[in-house]
Amino acid sequence: MKRNHGYSYLWIWPILYFLLGFFNILFAWLGMIDVLLPLILAVFGGNKGFCNHLCGRGQLFALLPKKLKCSRGLPAPRWMSSPGFRFGFLAFFLAMFSSIMYQTWRVFSGASSLREAVKLLWTFSVPWHWAYSAGTVPDWAAQFSFGFYSLMLSSALLGLIVMALYRPRTWCCFCPMGTMTQVICRAKAGHDLKS
Amino acid sequence: MASKRYALPDRKRCVSCGACAGECPRNALSIWRGCYAVVDKTACVGCGICQRTCPANCIVLIPREDPQ
Ligand code: SF4
Ligand code: SF4
Ligand code: SF4
Repeated sequence: MKRNHGYSYLWIWPILYFLLGFFNILFAWLGMIDVLLPLILAVFGGNKGFCNHLCGRGQLFALLPKKLKCSRGLPAPRWMSSPGFRFGFLAFFLAMFSSIMYQTWRVFSGASSLREAVKLLWTFSVPWHWAYSAGTVPDWAAQFSFGFYSLMLSSALLGLIVMALYRPRTWCCFCPMGTMTQVICRAKAGHDLKS
Repeated sequence: MASKRYALPDRKRCVSCGACAGECPRNALSIWRGCYAVVDKTACVGCGICQRTCPANCIVLIPREDPQ
């Protein structure tokens, strides 16, 4: 019988993404695929084809515990999949994304200079200067890369933590992309998230 | 032979991630228009894999009302 519809090799994508970004931060831009593709499929297809078949991150979280026995497999606390927490986390994510855009704009307008660091979990600043040689692209494009890579890496870390603590794909309960696409699909199908 | 129980996802709590559908050995689960998981009662064998997989823990196994 089928497993993951033959797409199960996509778990390689997040690993490749973080590796590429480790050596050259500009690859961070590729992560926009993981933001735009789910939205395009939801808006135009009215489906969660991304989550259900294409998401490398979801597949990685499903696969790792199978191979490494690194998840307790316990049900997550109920609030983690509640609309309140999901929308709260989505708001947080959007605020963080806006702050990346703002930083990018500040560098673009010359109000601030490029900072070659990755910020982990919105707290720890990690030097990452080896991954970029100044002047390769306009500074604002590099600034966006550092910011967006930080967001991707931090959310992946959060995902790994809840994968270990609870069930493998617990991250998917409050993943901002998952929430956004479900809201869009529900709107298109004429249901709101509470009905 | 029909199983005694089948899986029933809670539509209100489902986050439509598709984790259950990816694990079901009978391909009995699908995500209805990106909104929530639905089960094909006739295909489900009540193994409970989806119930143990669901990150929102929103699937229950319920007895079949009438034996088929
Ligand atoms: S909820 Fe997020 S991590 Fe999970 S499958 Fe969807 S996009 Fe991927
Ligand atoms: S109980 Fe087993 S057969 Fe039924 S839907 Fe869940 S995984 Fe599939
Ligand atoms: S695993 Fe749970 S939350 Fe995800 S689609 Fe299936 S029933 Fe819904």
